[in-house]
Amino acid sequence: MMIQLQAKGIVFGYNSSPILKDVSFEIGPSRLVTIVGPNGSGKSTLIKCIDRILAPEKGSVLIDRKEVTKMDRMEIAKNLSYVPQSSARTFSSNVFDTVLMGRRPHIGWLSSSDDEERVWEVLRLLGIEELAMSGFAELSGGQQQKVLIARALVQETKVMLLDEPTSNLDIWHQLDVMNIVSDLVKKRRMTVLMALHDLNLASKYSDGIIMMKRGRIMAAGDPASVLTPENIEAIYNVEVAVRSQSEEPFIVPIRQIKPNGSGPKSGGGRFFTSGKRRSRLPRSIAEMKEIRLS
Amino acid sequence: MAKTVRRSSTRSGRRSKMQEAHDSFVFARYFFMVAIVALIVLLTGFIITLGPLDISVADAYRALLSRAYPSSFQVDPLTERVVWNIRFPRIVGGILAGFGLGVCGCVMQAVLKNPLASPFTLGISSGAQFGIAVAAVLGISVFGGPYLLIGNAFLFALLCSAFIIGLASVKGATSETLILAGIAVNYFFSSMSQLFRYFADDEQLRLMTSWGMGDLAAFSWSKISILFGVFAVCIPLLMLKAWDLNIMTSGDETAKSIGVNAEGVRVYILLISSLVVATVVCFTGTIAFIGLVAPHMARMILGGDHRFLIPASGILGASVLIAADGIAMNLIAPTVIPTGIMTSVIGVPFFMYLMLKGRRKEFWT
Repeated sequence: MMIQLQAKGIVFGYNSSPILKDVSFEIGPSRLVTIVGPNGSGKSTLIKCIDRILAPEKGSVLIDRKEVTKMDRMEIAKNLSYVPQSSARTFSSNVFDTVLMGRRPHIGWLSSSDDEERVWEVLRLLGIEELAMSGFAELSGGQQQKVLIARALVQETKVMLLDEPTSNLDIWHQLDVMNIVSDLVKKRRMTVLMALHDLNLASKYSDGIIMMKRGRIMAAGDPASVLTPENIEAIYNVEVAVRSQSEEPFIVPIRQIKPNGSGPKSGGGRFFTSGKRRSRLPRSIAEMKEIRLS
Repeated sequence: MAKTVRRSSTRSGRRSKMQEAHDSFVFARYFFMVAIVALIVLLTGFIITLGPLDISVADAYRALLSRAYPSSFQVDPLTERVVWNIRFPRIVGGILAGFGLGVCGCVMQAVLKNPLASPFTLGISSGAQFGIAVAAVLGISVFGGPYLLIGNAFLFALLCSAFIIGLASVKGATSETLILAGIAVNYFFSSMSQLFRYFADDEQLRLMTSWGMGDLAAFSWSKISILFGVFAVCIPLLMLKAWDLNIMTSGDETAKSIGVNAEGVRVYILLISSLVVATVVCFTGTIAFIGLVAPHMARMILGGDHRFLIPASGILGASVLIAADGIAMNLIAPTVIPTGIMTSVIGVPFFMYLMLKGRRKEFWT
């Protein structure tokens, strides 16, 4: 089985408070995998550690079996592209110049007409060519998101990481962005790993889902096996009904469940040892060590 | 659904409408820079004519060209001496100083991610001012003779920014750390200068005050050659990082993901631009506003690509500075108003106008 992206035992923390605790997984080529989990569960941190925007304390990331830690920043940028959650800019520039930035790992001081042609091609692919000369700051949230995806696309990497790309968008644009990403996986055979809040979007588009809580992977697999009422209740403290919508699970939230004594502050490790909790979490997931999404 | 790929129109040899718009924008960028350079040449000829000795514009250019082509261009010796020894060095010094301040303001705003950053954000001018105070009041200086004040200003300006950059390298070179450290150091050296001022006698006070206002009077060809030497090395080193600066305006995380070591580039840029600014400041004193306003003017007109922005900020800085200096020298002649005061007096209203009327508001958010 080919593995495109592999994380092995990633540990990360800010000032000795751990955020990621021994996170490992494998993703095969041409797969769309989403990371879901409550706020603060370490989704974004994991994505940043994979791209080495943050340097993990332990663990390694491999792309095509090549160790990312041994690459310099330019080399990483040729293999991994990243679409940030925030599009805040100090000084804006027009859309064309913004997207052209993504060619940086491949070019010297001068951009060739070939580089510029690649930018035009990607702008056309995402249907935003007519915005090329508009200022980035003038665009709507959905348009900005597409520009950021375009910038990552011109990096021409095999793996793309996205940090909650739909979080500020209306439902039309959420689907628009997800369709674009899903097309990249199918047509360009890219591997995509994205953090996502919306469980139904994750269910609709993902080949695999990684469910995280407090810096650990709690469940992983195809949408139907991960997005079960038991898992969601254990991870989010929310009671849900899961229906089947064209073969994908569709989640309807019902009510919050008050976390009892050993609530969120009790630390990640104890989540499994607390007897009451353990009964809620299926054994197979609690004991999951090797996670393959290939 | 994702849009289907329309094959590039260039493959059939035709450019799309947007591509044509982009082409003409790129052309406009070059055209604008050439136009400003032409403006500087015209301004130079005009400013040379201003002063107690009447010189016509034609004579001004003739005098300038007479050194290069003595057989083709001739002027009377007095005009030539006035042009080459008095008026032209001041203009060339002004062009270099304005260029350096504009360039450094541009790169500092980019790496500090702050539109209010200027070449003096890292406390360089207050450091230099303190150096002057030490030389004026205590008579302690690294050099003697004509470089008594200049040597000290240069040294303390560099010490100041070296301290901040050193601090930031230890603590993590984020823009916030650098700006806060800059403000703190600024206050410290300003208070120290005030302390010296408190104990200074009249002559020492005059020396400190006149330096603080910023003036182009001190330029001689030997000083210009020092400035030119520093620029010849440092400006290309800054230009080299134009791409990285473009990317860093999107934030450090994005920069890293596109292959730019943001903190390393920040320290590199600050080290080199500090050297440039310290060299300018020690000859001219604090000429405020050029380094703040020139990059914004360039950004509003040319957009955010630093490959164009860096030189354009420099050229705009140079033209604004010599224009301001021309006015400062002749507004209430024979009294010469210090250049630093005039740059603010004419720069502020112009900047306000651009802020309110600027078409490309999106480039300055």
